[in-house]
Amino acid sequence: MSDQPVDYRPMWEKLGLDLDAHDALLAAVGPLYADAYLSQQNRPEGMSYFDFVISEIHGLRIKELDDFRAQGGKVVGTFCLYVPEEIVRAAGAWCVGLCAGAEFAYDEVERIMPRNTCALIKSFMGFKLGKVCPYIQEADLVIGETTCDGKKKAYELLGELHNVWVMELPQMKRERDRDFWRAEIRELVAKVEELTGNNITADGLRAAIKEVNDKRRALQRVAAARKADPVPISGKDALLAVQVAFYDDVARFTQMVNQIADELEQRVANGVGAAPKGAKRILVTGTPMAIPNWKVHDVIEKAGGVVVQEELCTGSRYYSKLVPEMGEDTTMDELLDAIADKYLDINCACFTPNDARCSDVIDMAREWKADGIVHYALQFCGPYQIEATHVERAAQEAGIPLLKIDTDYSMEDIGQLSTRVEAFLEML
Amino acid sequence: MRVLGLDIGSRSVDAVWLNDGRIVDWAVADSGFDPQAVAEAFVARGGHDVIVATGYGRHAAAQRFGGSPVTEITAYGFGAHKLFPEARAVLDIGGQDTKVIALGSGGKVVDFEMNDKCAAGTGKFLEVMARALGFELEEMAASALAADAGVAISSMCTVFAESEVTGLVHRGEDRARIARGLHESIARRTLGALKRVNARGPLVFAGGVAKNPAMVALIRAGFDGEVLVPDEAQIVGAYGAALSALSERVSA
Repeated sequence: MSDQPVDYRPMWEKLGLDLDAHDALLAAVGPLYADAYLSQQNRPEGMSYFDFVISEIHGLRIKELDDFRAQGGKVVGTFCLYVPEEIVRAAGAWCVGLCAGAEFAYDEVERIMPRNTCALIKSFMGFKLGKVCPYIQEADLVIGETTCDGKKKAYELLGELHNVWVMELPQMKRERDRDFWRAEIRELVAKVEELTGNNITADGLRAAIKEVNDKRRALQRVAAARKADPVPISGKDALLAVQVAFYDDVARFTQMVNQIADELEQRVANGVGAAPKGAKRILVTGTPMAIPNWKVHDVIEKAGGVVVQEELCTGSRYYSKLVPEMGEDTTMDELLDAIADKYLDINCACFTPNDARCSDVIDMAREWKADGIVHYALQFCGPYQIEATHVERAAQEAGIPLLKIDTDYSMEDIGQLSTRVEAFLEML
Repeated sequence: MRVLGLDIGSRSVDAVWLNDGRIVDWAVADSGFDPQAVAEAFVARGGHDVIVATGYGRHAAAQRFGGSPVTEITAYGFGAHKLFPEARAVLDIGGQDTKVIALGSGGKVVDFEMNDKCAAGTGKFLEVMARALGFELEEMAASALAADAGVAISSMCTVFAESEVTGLVHRGEDRARIARGLHESIARRTLGALKRVNARGPLVFAGGVAKNPAMVALIRAGFDGEVLVPDEAQIVGAYGAALSALSERVSA
């Protein structure tokens, strides 16, 4: 961390970014972060690491990827947590999540896809078309997945602009779907071996499973500390940690998050909170929130509530389950099946039926003592918007109030949204 | 305690002065382009110990005049319950929002729904349509009420509905029937929202649009339960905001 500002412009230019548009993007993210994050009171000191990460979001981390590739390393970009990071890392490559959390170059996007496409898809296409995402420019391969129809078709268009490979995720969880997915995982092994020129070994897989599990365990510690009242960390800060987990250096991230978890455990012991004791506790469930999409958390927490847990892909779905760590006598096949099964166990609305998600939501709401649930869905995300009905019914049966929010990345509905969230908190 | 309740909305600023829980005065003024200044004029009249603001301008007002703001949803719950203790639901159609609220015992909000972002089916919608049909607002409601049938209107978006209305006018449709169709489509949408929160009667219909006799008639016809309209439907929010100060004081 040097005090001297580094000029990254030559690097961005080399990556083919549109420098003016990119300047405009960074100029927008800075104030957004300051307003949502730096304005918070009583933050854990360890969050300064994330302040630094965000300030260098397109700088230092991109430089690290750049240096890694200059030494022959390969970078794989992903949009979804169904792509197993363990396999990418076992082949010696790095995994990064790609930008998809802000409106950018929608005018260009709407020339090739309908206006009523979900914000996440429009965003990643906009970042690519507008030439402002350095992560995708550093990605030797983008791995997509067939989690929804919108993404599936968007990957065809993205494939015209970038090296894209798509994994087929089944839509049900029967035995034959499991067999199919296990085979798909082996295809992925062959694909990343071909990309990197490295062979994936059982030892390599075991090591990758361990390090990615360590990352998830660090996030689990943060989540566990959030059960306390007063809650030692804001929902926004906890969300940010998971968002950054997708693209940060794995070992460094794990170390920093464990330090934050130490601090949070200390805060809990001392009764120190990021929000006052008795603040209304909210569980958020629904569609993923990519950086810099902090909208719903920001509205809830500025209204005086506090988010205590997220049943999101940028939340518990990312870290709550681990791949079993097996002994040295396990075979490649056993390891790959274990990885496949762990990922198939994630409860995304792209599956039918997906009753397990409803029980996850209710169990978590009880365990984290949530006063209410906010169901957040991106507009035009059919799977989550429709599944909201099941979640609503489950919450009703459990006697937990639920507020349903369908929105996008724009700020045009912020007035009504704030009123609804404030009224919901007043109702609890 | 003397409380001033302010409802700073998109179309009007409403004020209610309470003394020991009883209304001593009330006033309604156009929001204009500077609603906070309109509110300021009410505040300058004095006669209060505490101010509670609700409506779109509640946060700005709380910063300016002090006191803790309350949302329109909670405020309407309080106001409707005090006026009609037997009420089990509230419908508020205002200048740019529609809210449906299910009430539990004691006027507690148990569920609510509110339009997400646009002004579809609100007071603003009716104003735009009246202009498109060449009616004064009151005139449009009276024509709609008198029409023998309504023309089906499929758009609820203010912009699309205006085009649809223009199309109907050019086809030579009777404007009273169009007006009735517009009111019917708002009523249909509103009744759907009431169903979604499982609203039971008696229902209190408040907000500026409750002064529209055609809307009241259509909601009465479509709602399964009693519909109560307060004499001064527009000030229920300001009244409820003022009452919320007393309730907090009691519970504290």
